[in-house]
Amino acid sequence: MAQDVLRGTLLDDRDELSVDEVCRVCSVSTDWVIELVDEGVLDPIGNERSRWRFRAECLGTVRAARRLQRDLDVNLAGVALALDLLQEIHDLRLRLGRYEDPDRN
Amino acid sequence: MQYKDYYKIMGVERDATQDDIKRAYRKLARKYHPDVSKEADCEAKFKDVNEAYSVLRDAEKRAAYDQLGSDWKSGQDFRPPPDWDSGFEHRGGGFERSGGGFGAGDAADFSDFFESLFGRDFSRAGPARGGHAGGGFQAAGEDHHARVTIDLEDAYRGATRGITLQAPEVDDAGRVTTRSRTLNVRIPKGVRQGQRIRLAGQGSPGFGGGPAGDLYLEIDFRPHSAYRVEGRDVYLDLPLAPWEAALGASVKVPTPAGPVDLKVPAGTQGGRKLRLKGRGIPGNPPGDLYVVADITLPPADTDEAKALYRQMESELSYNPRKKLGV
Repeated sequence: MAQDVLRGTLLDDRDELSVDEVCRVCSVSTDWVIELVDEGVLDPIGNERSRWRFRAECLGTVRAARRLQRDLDVNLAGVALALDLLQEIHDLRLRLGRYEDPDRN
Repeated sequence: MQYKDYYKIMGVERDATQDDIKRAYRKLARKYHPDVSKEADCEAKFKDVNEAYSVLRDAEKRAAYDQLGSDWKSGQDFRPPPDWDSGFEHRGGGFERSGGGFGAGDAADFSDFFESLFGRDFSRAGPARGGHAGGGFQAAGEDHHARVTIDLEDAYRGATRGITLQAPEVDDAGRVTTRSRTLNVRIPKGVRQGQRIRLAGQGSPGFGGGPAGDLYLEIDFRPHSAYRVEGRDVYLDLPLAPWEAALGASVKVPTPAGPVDLKVPAGTQGGRKLRLKGRGIPGNPPGDLYVVADITLPPADTDEAKALYRQMESELSYNPRKKLGV
């Protein structure tokens, strides 16, 4: 049976989400998002909590933070540290990729 | 279905204490956690570990599992004996993953072996948001997340991908079944690694007339043998002959959008980056394609080749270690 092709919306760097949207998409509570901001994991745009906006790329961070806390039973400071270190590893792997020649391995 | 040896998965003896099991779980969870691990099959291994731990951490379930006996081997064909778990209270479901609740999508990941023994329980998977409208209960459906793997070339041209999703569903008799559905999704030109596509209304159905949730697809690039991707920029190591690098040349360069001609300047050293502006992943602005010079030596495997190298040696008076002061 021929099926329609779905066209979605591509979330871009410029797309911003409200706290409620982040909570709904990631199935987390507002309080938990506030804790992530307090811990420095998320960097909202705007000063007033009720008007916070978040860049769309934060969705991956929030979901990873939730998984790490749930699965490894670490506190938020530990989650924040893990995410920082994972980002650093990711950046270093990219740099390493520039020097590794797959033909020589 | 295949028997699963939960003790073997956890790497503990059958008489391990609950503390031993907890310690083993913590280690394995860190080792195979998909956000942390780079091991092949880490997601499958992580699911196995979680499944094993959900049984062995629970005294009732562990006792019931132990009752099957220790003669079973991993992967052996298995059918639960009739009334194998009579006398245990867990029958018909009710399990919990370590550290808190999980969504329906996670629960569906436990194996047939697990389900044949302990059943399923989706009581935790409820609406993620909701409210009351007109006196009746109304709630929006849950948002779902999935990953779609594409080739770099797809990001240049756009593509259509068939995505099969599995979601738990409660039928009219109240039984939980897994429903799979395939969606054909347009991947727009210019997508980047980690970007998300929102498909409105493709998540869980709503309750009481509430709107359906959305489906979020995360873009993942399949590793490419020639290109590396950083954001919108693409890198390519381009092999050059020594004379092309030394004298300059016009060479054909592959790009994900098709080959182009590149002018290599005279005196190009290995590792030098040549930028092809706007030839990275399309967008506004588009990324760049960086060609990294990789000077390769022709083999000195004939008398003629050896003679040419000897001639360079005698006529060029080139010391590659001059900077080192030797």
